[in-house]
Amino acid sequence: MVRVLIPGPLQPFAAGRREIALAMTPRTVADALRAVAETHPGIRDRVVTEQGALRPHINIFVGAENIRDADGLDTRVPDEAEISILPAVSGG
Amino acid sequence: MPMKKIPTPNALAARDGDVVLLVGTMKGLFLFRSTAARRRWDVAGPYFPGTTVYAAALDTRGGRRRLWAAPSSMHFGAELAWSDDLGRRWTRPETPLVRFPEEAGASLKNIWQISPGRADEPDTLYCGVEPSALFESRDAGETWSLNEGLWGHPHREKWQPGGGGLCLHTVLVDPSPSQPGRLTVASSTGGCYRSDDGGRTWNPRNRGVRAEFMPDPHPEFGQCVHKIAHHPARPGRLYLQNHWGLYRSDDGGDSWRDIANGVPSDFGFCMATHPADPDTAYIVPLHADMFRCTPEGKLRVYRTRDGGRSWKPITRGLPQKDAWETVVRDAMGVDTLDPAGVYFGTRTGQLYGSRDDGDSFELITDGLPPVVCVRAAVLGGRKSPKARATASKATKTTKRKQAAPRRSRRPRRRKAA
Repeated sequence: MVRVLIPGPLQPFAAGRREIALAMTPRTVADALRAVAETHPGIRDRVVTEQGALRPHINIFVGAENIRDADGLDTRVPDEAEISILPAVSGG
Repeated sequence: MPMKKIPTPNALAARDGDVVLLVGTMKGLFLFRSTAARRRWDVAGPYFPGTTVYAAALDTRGGRRRLWAAPSSMHFGAELAWSDDLGRRWTRPETPLVRFPEEAGASLKNIWQISPGRADEPDTLYCGVEPSALFESRDAGETWSLNEGLWGHPHREKWQPGGGGLCLHTVLVDPSPSQPGRLTVASSTGGCYRSDDGGRTWNPRNRGVRAEFMPDPHPEFGQCVHKIAHHPARPGRLYLQNHWGLYRSDDGGDSWRDIANGVPSDFGFCMATHPADPDTAYIVPLHADMFRCTPEGKLRVYRTRDGGRSWKPITRGLPQKDAWETVVRDAMGVDTLDPAGVYFGTRTGQLYGSRDDGDSFELITDGLPPVVCVRAAVLGGRKSPKARATASKATKTTKRKQAAPRRSRRPRRRKAA
């Protein structure tokens, strides 16, 4: 089962949860975000722009790998992976 | 990553007739409340801590008391939120209300302006955003759509971003019965555009406004307008603070005349008009575009009471030594009482207020984050007798003009000598 870890500022859009377990195994990170949006639409729009691009001050890791160093939102998601959404060290 | 809980801000208790200040900062929104005496202020906030709030508004039309705010997070983007109980609870829709449609190919960077529509259209609202575009709602803010007329304007591709990005920061809704479809917007650096048909078509309105950073200093468009303020009782009267230049228009922007008379600099950002007197306006000049601080280290509001023929500095209550301050485009607001309250905030987090038409100022508070937006409103929409009289006079004049029989175009026959 793939788990998506939600950062604190976005937990109000996940009914207060720190992680969301996906019922399906997504092929890519984009698929995972779409799956999250089906139950928690407030998260995806704050992670990617209207045009579907990852927001510049958001990092997503699949396991320990930053998807910016891989294939971006097209990065493959292995079975049992942990996807972490993390605000970059900026702003606030 | 550890997350520290931020205490829920205290909420304001207020009643009709109280004055409320909406103060947007680089770190959140603060609310201030006072009675009409405006001597003591309660404060609440920060709301949306860690976000920049460039735009806020209080909509009192249709019996509402709805606060709007546009918190913008470096991480999670910009959104619109509202509160119907003066900040006790905020509604943040899961899907942000203001979004570019996919076919526009653009993404929202910031919301720079929230403007309630006309009083007789209480469910209409407008937002000016970055990249420069206008959004509108016809259902009291439930849904929003991109104004296609302006977005599709052939000039848009040639607009250049200013220091704050390519932002549409001014939305003026003409309140007069004679101009039901008139909207004026300004962007940096697109210049001023006006629609007379409710936003379907737009035309540049920059005649007489300089663009000193262009080879042709008087282009049709492309001016770096910093702020335009209109007078509600005489909507054709506009004041414009430009990136170099102070201007007035008496014809709704068809033409502009230079009114930089007696100011230490015609560079600045903010501009506000008096609620009752169309000849009175307020600015805070800055030294220059390459040094955006108050000239000579003196924090001075300049006021004109004759439509810009002359400007006089107001120094009473303001620091006149080592005060290298900056007041940005939306960081000044006025209330509607008599005498009027004039308020402004600085990038160093000071908030000043005047309760005597701007004759003198008092420090309301300091220690705020950098202030980027100040809006003032009277709960219940109370207006000064002067403001009511001016508005009533303007309405009567307009109605008289509308009611007057049209003159025949046929030339009069001369009487025989």
